[in-house]
Amino acid sequence: MSTREQEIFDQKIEQEIRIEPKDWMPDEYRKMLIRQMSQHAHSEIVGMLPEGNWITRAPSLRRKATLIAKVQDEAGHGLYLYSATETLGITRDETITQLHSGKAKYSSIFNYPTLTWADIGAIGWLVDGAAIMNQVPLCRASYGPYARAMIRICKEESFHQRQGFEILLTLSRGNEAQKAMCQDAINRWWWPSLMMFGPGDDASPNSQRSMQWKIKRFSNDELRQKFVDVCVDQVKTLEMLLPDPKIKWNEKTGHYDFGEINWEEFYEVLKGNGPCNFERLEARKKAHADGLWVREAAAAYAEKKYSSNTILNGIKTA
Amino acid sequence: MESKPHSENWPLWEVFIRPRQGLDHKHAGSLYAADAQMAIENARDVYTRRNEGISIWVVESKYIHASNPSESDSFFDPSNDKVYRHPSFYNLPDELKNI
Amino acid sequence: MDLLSTYIIHQADNVLILGHRNSEWTGHGPILEQDIALSNIALDLVGQARNFYQLAAAHLNELTPAEPVTEDDLAYLRDANEFRNFILVEQVNGDWAKTILRQFYFSTYQFLLYNRLLQSNIPEIAAISEKSLKETRYHVKWSSEWVIRLGDGTEESHARMLEAIHNLNPWISELFLPADFEYEAESSGAGVLPEIIKDEWYYRVNKLFETATLPKITSEKKPMQILSGKKGVHSEHLGLLLAEMQFLQRAYPGSNW
Repeated sequence: MSTREQEIFDQKIEQEIRIEPKDWMPDEYRKMLIRQMSQHAHSEIVGMLPEGNWITRAPSLRRKATLIAKVQDEAGHGLYLYSATETLGITRDETITQLHSGKAKYSSIFNYPTLTWADIGAIGWLVDGAAIMNQVPLCRASYGPYARAMIRICKEESFHQRQGFEILLTLSRGNEAQKAMCQDAINRWWWPSLMMFGPGDDASPNSQRSMQWKIKRFSNDELRQKFVDVCVDQVKTLEMLLPDPKIKWNEKTGHYDFGEINWEEFYEVLKGNGPCNFERLEARKKAHADGLWVREAAAAYAEKKYSSNTILNGIKTA
Repeated sequence: MESKPHSENWPLWEVFIRPRQGLDHKHAGSLYAADAQMAIENARDVYTRRNEGISIWVVESKYIHASNPSESDSFFDPSNDKVYRHPSFYNLPDELKNI
Repeated sequence: MDLLSTYIIHQADNVLILGHRNSEWTGHGPILEQDIALSNIALDLVGQARNFYQLAAAHLNELTPAEPVTEDDLAYLRDANEFRNFILVEQVNGDWAKTILRQFYFSTYQFLLYNRLLQSNIPEIAAISEKSLKETRYHVKWSSEWVIRLGDGTEESHARMLEAIHNLNPWISELFLPADFEYEAESSGAGVLPEIIKDEWYYRVNKLFETATLPKITSEKKPMQILSGKKGVHSEHLGLLLAEMQFLQRAYPGSNW
């Protein structure tokens, strides 16, 4: 490793010049990015499952259409992120093997079950809300392909949160059963959403390095606080409560104080003992295994027709 | 287990989209497809869901050749030197129009 | 229900049920890119369904303004025996071969039918058909290509395509057997009798099958049509599908979602 290359890299980071795929970069930087970006991609894909669960039960045609569109967007986001990760010298296949073996993680929030229609609203409002807060700073991540993927994602993400909030708003203005459904979902999704920002700053070893290399821009606690402040305000429109009696405006800090997060639950779910860890991964492994013959067939056909690809290119169907 | 007689591996394709008439094709990202038709259709599904494109190019990633960043000093600097190629290099009176 | 509304609802039910089935693949497709492709198609179909249901509702509301209905009432509050979709589209998805073959069969039918409906004397039917055709053309293309890839791919994919053809065979005749609301549509000029597109449908399917190294199918010797989706006599699958789809509206009647 030449010190000149390290110097150039450090200068780029300092001057907010993007690092691009073929640029020299420290091994640790590359590894950190592969880990973060691929796990982000996996999260999008696994995240399709809890929401996809309710597509067939969406209670109106409009809700059905918008939910299909949202889940499809998530697939697209996963794709942008896999695509960006591959520029670092790892294939999508390799990252998927890591996911299926448990070596790579995905956001723990998706290990929680979607039990009612209101959960779909809560996911849009809280989970996507937290994700957006994490993602906006990533649009300025030091690695070019990551930043560009994030810009694309952020543009599409705001409809997701609005859709979720609207679902909850409609419920909150409905009958007693619907109001209760709404409050129940908020009760179950609030704390896991706060955990999405990761452990507290002092319990977060990776964060330091990540911030030094301008992959991460704000600390976990900073983002979490911002999220709490925003949600305390928004929940008023729903005329619902956040399940935390300790939420209180702090005049001195200019933020809302909030209660203790149950970190034991966070680490248990991370370890694999969450409500849906097994099902989520099984679903992904099954889809991949079931799809093997399809991928083989398409590859075999392409190989057969490589020289005479007039068939698929010239197909007249209409 | 016996080795599979067929590969399941699809090539990676780079996608370029022209968003509107008058603009260039811009690199949008990559995706997997078994053949060119599939690649174009996938690109349409993934990258033009919100009317972001009127023309799509796809190229198998292996056919993209890139310059080497470590050579960028010798490769790109010579043109940076030739400042006289830039209009701002020349001082002309303000009254002069259309030039 | 009057025959014209039934004709419109038949169109709506077909695309809603097929869209619903396709949407079940979301998150479970053989590769991410195809997951996106099939959910795109599902979205197109649900959109088409909404257009037809809204038209049917408007028409019904003109006839019986005292009992107004919405698109959602039509989709969520009718029982299986009131649905008028083909039995073909309510079949369970099975594997990828069955899913794409079902799509190819239906989209080819839809393409041919909607082209005729451009001449409907009901302007809204013509308009919806025109708008839908843009999407349908793409559905035909996408599914045709998959029929070829799987028919002429590996031994396994070829075998699965044969299985799919066998599986869906009993449900093809219904596509071309006219129901009372189709006779009415034809005589009023709102629509056409499905028989007129039958030969062309078989021609197109067989032409593609030839390219895909698949055996021809014929309209001869088809099994007797005992069930009739168009008359509300469905397979067991529709009841289960509706139980899932309609659950919330049934469990919480009169609620706004």
